[in-house]
Amino acid sequence: MRYIPNSPEERSEMLEAMGLGSAEELFDSIPEDLRLKRPLNTPAALSEIELLDRFERMGARNAGAGRISFMGGGAYSHYIPTIVDHILSRSEFFTAYTPYQPEISQGTLQVIFEFQTLVCQLTGMEVANASMYDGSTALAEAVLMAERVTKRSKAVASTATHPQYLEVINTYVQHAGIHLELVPFAEKTGQSWQALAAAIDDETAALVVQSPNFFGCIENLLALADAAHAKGALLIVAITEAMSLGLLKSPGACGADIVIAEGQSFGVPLSFGGPYVGLFATREKYARQIPGRLVGEAYDKKGRRGFVLTLATREQHIRREKATSNICTNEGLIALAATVYLETMGRRGVQEAAHQCAQKAAYAARAIAKLNGYSIPFTGPSFNEFVVRGPGRAVELLSRLGKEKGIDGGIALSRFMPDRPHDFLVCVTETNSREQIDRFIQALTEL
Amino acid sequence: MTFNKVTTHISPNEQLIFERSQTGRIGYRLPALDVDEIELSIPSEFRRDDDLEGMPEVSEVDVIRHFVRMSTWNYSIDLGMYPLGSCTMKYNSRLNEKVARIAGFANLHPLTEEHDAQGALQVIYELQQHLAEITGLPGISLQPAAGAHGEMTGIMIIRAFLDARDGAAASHRRTMLIPDSAHGTNPASAHLSGFSVKTIRSTPEGLTDLEHLRELCAHGEVAGLMLTNPNTLGLFERNIKQICEIVHEAGGLVYMDGANMNALVGVARPGDMGVDVIHLNLHKTFSTPHGGGGPGSGPCCCTKELEPYLPVPRIVKSSDSTYGLDYDQPKSIGRVKAFFGNYGMMLRALSYTLTHGNDGLREATEAAVLNARYVAAGLIEDYDKPFAGAPMHEVVFTDKRQSRKGVHTLDIAKRLIDYGFHPMTIYFPLIVQGAMLIEPTESVGRQELDQFIAAMKSIAVEAVEDPELVLNAPHDTRVGRLDEAAAARKPILRWKAADERR
Amino acid sequence: MANVPEDLHYSKDHEWVKVDGDQAIIGITDYAQNSLGDVVYVELPKAGEEFAANEPFGSVESVKAVSEVFTPIAGIVVKINESLADEPESVNSDSYGEGWMIRLKMSNPGEVDSLLTAAEYEDFTKAESE
Repeated sequence: MRYIPNSPEERSEMLEAMGLGSAEELFDSIPEDLRLKRPLNTPAALSEIELLDRFERMGARNAGAGRISFMGGGAYSHYIPTIVDHILSRSEFFTAYTPYQPEISQGTLQVIFEFQTLVCQLTGMEVANASMYDGSTALAEAVLMAERVTKRSKAVASTATHPQYLEVINTYVQHAGIHLELVPFAEKTGQSWQALAAAIDDETAALVVQSPNFFGCIENLLALADAAHAKGALLIVAITEAMSLGLLKSPGACGADIVIAEGQSFGVPLSFGGPYVGLFATREKYARQIPGRLVGEAYDKKGRRGFVLTLATREQHIRREKATSNICTNEGLIALAATVYLETMGRRGVQEAAHQCAQKAAYAARAIAKLNGYSIPFTGPSFNEFVVRGPGRAVELLSRLGKEKGIDGGIALSRFMPDRPHDFLVCVTETNSREQIDRFIQALTEL
Repeated sequence: MTFNKVTTHISPNEQLIFERSQTGRIGYRLPALDVDEIELSIPSEFRRDDDLEGMPEVSEVDVIRHFVRMSTWNYSIDLGMYPLGSCTMKYNSRLNEKVARIAGFANLHPLTEEHDAQGALQVIYELQQHLAEITGLPGISLQPAAGAHGEMTGIMIIRAFLDARDGAAASHRRTMLIPDSAHGTNPASAHLSGFSVKTIRSTPEGLTDLEHLRELCAHGEVAGLMLTNPNTLGLFERNIKQICEIVHEAGGLVYMDGANMNALVGVARPGDMGVDVIHLNLHKTFSTPHGGGGPGSGPCCCTKELEPYLPVPRIVKSSDSTYGLDYDQPKSIGRVKAFFGNYGMMLRALSYTLTHGNDGLREATEAAVLNARYVAAGLIEDYDKPFAGAPMHEVVFTDKRQSRKGVHTLDIAKRLIDYGFHPMTIYFPLIVQGAMLIEPTESVGRQELDQFIAAMKSIAVEAVEDPELVLNAPHDTRVGRLDEAAAARKPILRWKAADERR
Repeated sequence: MANVPEDLHYSKDHEWVKVDGDQAIIGITDYAQNSLGDVVYVELPKAGEEFAANEPFGSVESVKAVSEVFTPIAGIVVKINESLADEPESVNSDSYGEGWMIRLKMSNPGEVDSLLTAAEYEDFTKAESE
């Protein structure tokens, strides 16, 4: 087997040198009756040629991958500069281990330090960790952290939060003695901040608000920060479309206490849902309560600057059951992808991409609103996602758009909210040309 | 031959990108905006007004040089062996990388309707089947994104099962038994499910103390046992069947940390041992790359009885061979992550499984255990081996002999760097004083094993004849030992612009 | 050889107690700081908090470890050593002086008599290190 350097002959020699008669004897400490007496019932080995052919054929059965897409809902199609994948593919980055031995991991450590810095710059916060699994789990961990900080056990979120994110929070808090209360969003605006602000009391550990929310509507973070702080609660801001940070006021500047985001928009392919990267940032005073790894600056005896994993006493390998989280492996390589992306696009590029997203989305929304039978039901301001209400059932419409026109027009809300059969969520990014948008509009008129 | 290093060599002195940034530099180009620009309806108080100050402005060339230079400071599997116990640092195949980048997968949105994602769902389903066969446990979820995540999932499943089985009485069953040799994620994960932890002792042989287990199980509050097999000392728990029986008789369930599956694939199956639920680490046993700290993937596998509690959605195959998502699982513990899990790692793991084939998978296990045994035999004269049992895929030594001369595990580890190797796992498991846990994996050839053994033997000699050399190691790296205490006292966790620092 | 001042009381958890009227000052011993290594952070309670004897009141962190600190006697916290926030290393360099942690108003002043004397503590640590 070509990945096993020692040939069968070499292995025989090694066995002999150690006084073992056969490979089977290596497993003498496993009781006879527990040892498999038959080969595994998994396929026989495939050569590269055969294997690639198999996967290519499976890949070809995913019609969605080739179409013009206006799908968002927590995962976004953005331009990924060519150099991102090249840098990711360097042996020294992707086959490297967690940087526990800093002297030979300075590449990884400095990258993470830059990542932490960029996350702070974008979110307007003071401390960011080295990544979480994704936005949904980062949000769940933020709620757990709010409980640790405030010692209160209630969190309030709205039904305008990504439904899967709410599910994940519920899974995480179910045994932590934390109760998640849901308030409804306003039907007219699509926003939920008024209901959220009204729902806080002295038992609230945190207000959880997604902005732009699941419907693409931007929430009033300033008002929410004031409302939360007035009652001694924390404001947790969740962001699924990280590109919005290129245009919108940072949650930090609005008074947020914890900011989490899905970082997939920054140089990470859709890849059917993962691997993605969770961003987690907070205020310096809460640094010791933060979950996940942290990289800090350090100096050696000769005064040379380096970076190390630090404040490790928060983590599972030291604090064990009292750790701030059980997280160990996170999303290091994806954080690298985001770092390369953000440094390549830079200060100007992130803003330009965000600007294009907003302008193209506005163009698309206005054109759709003019179509017979179509409307934009929510009046709240949006960044690059908005809900469209069509004349018929959205699931059918979108299916026909895909099959007949080769366009993925959005996400039917009835998949998450059965009482909204005509609504679908449309997302426009800098990758959608005017021509594509016009074709989409044209297709809607034809169907 | 010796030569003086150029002190201002650009590569080791590569600064932070923010220190490289030059106003006006550009690293990208987007197409020009092709729609008419309008006044957006976003109120000005919601808009960014800091112009993303502080974010870097660099050219594409700056970016390439920046990352390539930093990459030269890293050790990696492609460079050489990582003898890291408990990490299974095996070869990360390039073929797996190619598979993961196939456009039909890489560009597929996770909310694509099932009928347009059949190939993607087929990958998940097939991997599930193979992992079920390998573990001997039919229930699988690939949703957890890492080992600790899979652990949390498995322990929550145990909690849900017990709550359903025992009703109100389950509130008295909140103790999880964990060996003193366990990985730190184990108690942390137990805590997340509302369990308290009691520690089980190990025998002088290094195995779970059955008497102590019986004693702890006698109180009726035991929800379960979390153990690793082979354990973190590299020893197979030969009483595993009995252990499972004791726990089951006491009304609890057995969770196995699958981190050490590299010693078992194709040879023995946790399901056959009586284990109820296990997590796997695709980034260990199944070779998906470590990436400097992830992404991982931590599938959770369980018995038929526990299947209803697995996270939703379940990926299923219907009688007409179409793949679909089953959300109708009322007993499910819920979702543990948005979408399906770290899908890109599933592609790689399936590719690994098919590349090895069933006989290759077993061959890898044999080669991994053989390599560890070989290293153990090579080091036994120079280092203290605390347990006499034959190690499986990893072996533990201590610094007992060297510490008499003032040289400790940390120093040995740092000196190994000077020989061109990444250090082994140190100070884990906690029950061994000065532990050095070595796992070569099957991806190392005999010459390299011999080089590693020679390096360790040389260090043992240095520890006696020239201890300063070891105590001040590493000598040849870009930075020496960093002052971690100072870093922790006054943490600097991000770059700050000059005016922000004041 | 660890330093063990004569005029203090000691606990088996390696804390020292200095009596000052009806108050007591508490810290960790030289032996303890030596075992811990470089102290990077000290977690202390707030003034006004009450503790029973042998209850943990805080923790001490080094780079790779964290240890709880217990109060050997019952009392209410009157004052904490704020300087440890900026200079946790005082616990290492001056464990009986600048490294003091909390000042308690004793609930049961007689309790100190059941603690170890300097000589008893010294014997205890000698036995522990064997």
